[in-house]
Amino acid sequence: MLALIPLLPFAGFLINATMGRRLPKSVSGGLASLVMLLSFAVSAMSVWQLAAMAPDQRLITQALYQWIASGDFTIDVTLLVDPLSAVMILVITGIGSLIHIYSTAYMHDETDSEFARYFSYLNLFASFMLVLVLGSSFPVLFVGWEGVGLCSYLLIGFWFKKKSAADAGKKAFVVNRIGDYAFLLGMFGLFAMFGTLEFRGVAEKVAGLPPEAGFGLLSIATLLLFVGATGKSAQIPLFVWLPDAMEGPTPVSALIHAATMVTAGVYMIGRNAVLFSHTPETMQIVAVIGAATALMAGTIGLVQNDIKRVLAYSTVSQLGLMFLAMGVGAFGAGIFHLFTHAFFKALLFLGSGAVIHALHGEQDVRNMGGLKKYLPVTYWTFVIGSLALAGVPGLAGFFSKDELLFETFKDGHQILWFVGAFASLLTAIYMGRLVFLTFHGSRRHDAPAPVSAHASAAHGAHDAHGGGHGGHGHDAHPHDAPPAMAFVLIVLAIGSVLAGYLGVPHGLGGHNELGAWLAPSFAAPITAGAAPVVAEGPAGEAGAEGAEGAEETSLELTLMGVSSALAIGGILIAGFIWISRRALAASIAARFAPIYTLLLHKYFVDEVYDASIVRPLETVSREGLWRTVDVGLIDGAVNGVGSIVDGSSTVLRRLQTGSVRTYAGSIFAGVVLVLGYYLWR
Amino acid sequence: MIPLSHYLIVSMLLFAIGSAGVFLRKNLITILLSVEIMLNAVNLSFVAFGRFAGTVDGQIITFFVMTVAAAEAAVGLALVIALFRTRESLNPDAFTSLKW
Repeated sequence: MLALIPLLPFAGFLINATMGRRLPKSVSGGLASLVMLLSFAVSAMSVWQLAAMAPDQRLITQALYQWIASGDFTIDVTLLVDPLSAVMILVITGIGSLIHIYSTAYMHDETDSEFARYFSYLNLFASFMLVLVLGSSFPVLFVGWEGVGLCSYLLIGFWFKKKSAADAGKKAFVVNRIGDYAFLLGMFGLFAMFGTLEFRGVAEKVAGLPPEAGFGLLSIATLLLFVGATGKSAQIPLFVWLPDAMEGPTPVSALIHAATMVTAGVYMIGRNAVLFSHTPETMQIVAVIGAATALMAGTIGLVQNDIKRVLAYSTVSQLGLMFLAMGVGAFGAGIFHLFTHAFFKALLFLGSGAVIHALHGEQDVRNMGGLKKYLPVTYWTFVIGSLALAGVPGLAGFFSKDELLFETFKDGHQILWFVGAFASLLTAIYMGRLVFLTFHGSRRHDAPAPVSAHASAAHGAHDAHGGGHGGHGHDAHPHDAPPAMAFVLIVLAIGSVLAGYLGVPHGLGGHNELGAWLAPSFAAPITAGAAPVVAEGPAGEAGAEGAEGAEETSLELTLMGVSSALAIGGILIAGFIWISRRALAASIAARFAPIYTLLLHKYFVDEVYDASIVRPLETVSREGLWRTVDVGLIDGAVNGVGSIVDGSSTVLRRLQTGSVRTYAGSIFAGVVLVLGYYLWR
Repeated sequence: MIPLSHYLIVSMLLFAIGSAGVFLRKNLITILLSVEIMLNAVNLSFVAFGRFAGTVDGQIITFFVMTVAAAEAAVGLALVIALFRTRESLNPDAFTSLKW
């Protein structure tokens, strides 16, 4: 039955890919959404089944077939559902279904065949992502890993006739590939050390070893796996593809680059919690890179002018916080944040999609404003999403972000806590800025008719709709989201509020159900006779339930207070600047012009990579490999053979003098030579 | 008894004269004559070897050689006549159009 979960979307992909062209939009879109909902139903049933089991027995496996059999080495395709995968499949299928429904309205202006192509890719993506989280071994995970990378490329470059979209798709794929290469090397290392690539097998074998002191083979292997995760989950140094990925349709950004694909790296570390716990050096690096990315992306998001770019950098930043949590051993907190983040980030992206839809393709916040009264549903859901993201108490983000920051502080990483807290402050500020610039204030978007608005590249407006809105006249009022979109926004908004209540910490009187649910996933598999080895720093307070002292509670409440203050303070700062004193923003930017330019150009990371890696590679390829080897050596050899034959024949044909006497002479000379040789011997 | 080597030297000289004639003469018919001389030189050496081996095999082979020489002379002369008809000359240097 588990096999149905990824197979249903795959069936949807097959149907839409082969016959979608001839199906009307309602059928292809409806079918795609239906298979996702069915997959969600099957996932829910599996989770229900899982929940009925005893906590330390929660495991459902389904062996499908033997994939590779080479001597002693076998890889089977087996699907596995445990508490961790349960959370993931519910998120993927649940939020995935909602986004499919949203897309039926958002992509409505496309032609039938483009519409079907979009949904086929979206279903394929869901199928691969489900394979990724349901796989019970590294190779199966890797199949899903690569597959979602492929679908990301296909979907980012969906409007491939636009050069920037095609380039963004390529960039995403190539950068992902670099990470995947490291991931493969890590897999090889693990196989060399343990002889197995099954997650449970590796965990069992590792559990018997002491944590590695220093930087040995195990740390290198896990570090390589983490590099793969930085590629997929957009951390330093491989995050450069995510902002460009905003070229894709907005629902794609919501699904792939907020809720699911980018969380694959976090999931991978969570899945191998025991393994990573045994390599403290790598964990340290994970935490530091997570915190650094959170900070860096937060600062960049502060000054971006494209609504989707702000959200993209926000995603990178939040992923950084998730990696920070995983790096300090708070696996449950990281997954909890992944869970809540999926809700409110998808909501924010879809909300921005509604705004873009209403303004016929305008994406620059400097050209927005005053939309509050025209787009009420969008506005209120967007506000809820922003508050959740900022970590305002009472909403989902507060509980998850707070828990991970608390765990960071508790484990002694105060500097990292500070970085994370500062990043949260920045989050509150830039989300406030985004809301106030987009929805409040006066209308700035009464630009001339859509035709010239589309053409005005000067405003930095990206025509994200592929010109589909040319037919609309200039509305006096932008229209709010159509029913399908509004429904999804509202559901996600409810989720953004309620999702956090699954993990209310003990400090506030809750029982942290999610943490308790997830804890067995991060513990080593129970081998006969051995006591279960729990990963260092298990999910939230679940492991320390009994030992919860008053001191810890008060620390937690203090930190909670600090982060709430940061969140609310950040929003107030944003309100102060962008509601009351707009000019202040511009004057600060002018005063700190070098810093502003640095942030606006994203620390020039793309330019640095271009100069240091891309250009040299191009030069080596063009001058070295192409000109020297291909044209010079290989073509030269082939042409050379031809010219040698040509040259030698020019010389040799002079033997044909036409004079019979010469021929007779040469015959005679030959006879003399041959006879002489034999006689002499 | 005349020693074998004498016969062989005569044969060799005849052969040399014949070869020289083939290379150096400027008349096609004279070249054919020189080829005949070469053949006869070979006949002589065959007979000499046969005589000194005490068998008649050398003389038998000579029959064959003479038969072949006759046939070849006939064909050669036919060719010379054909060549003469195209070029009105019996100089071998007149027939050099099959060159590079």
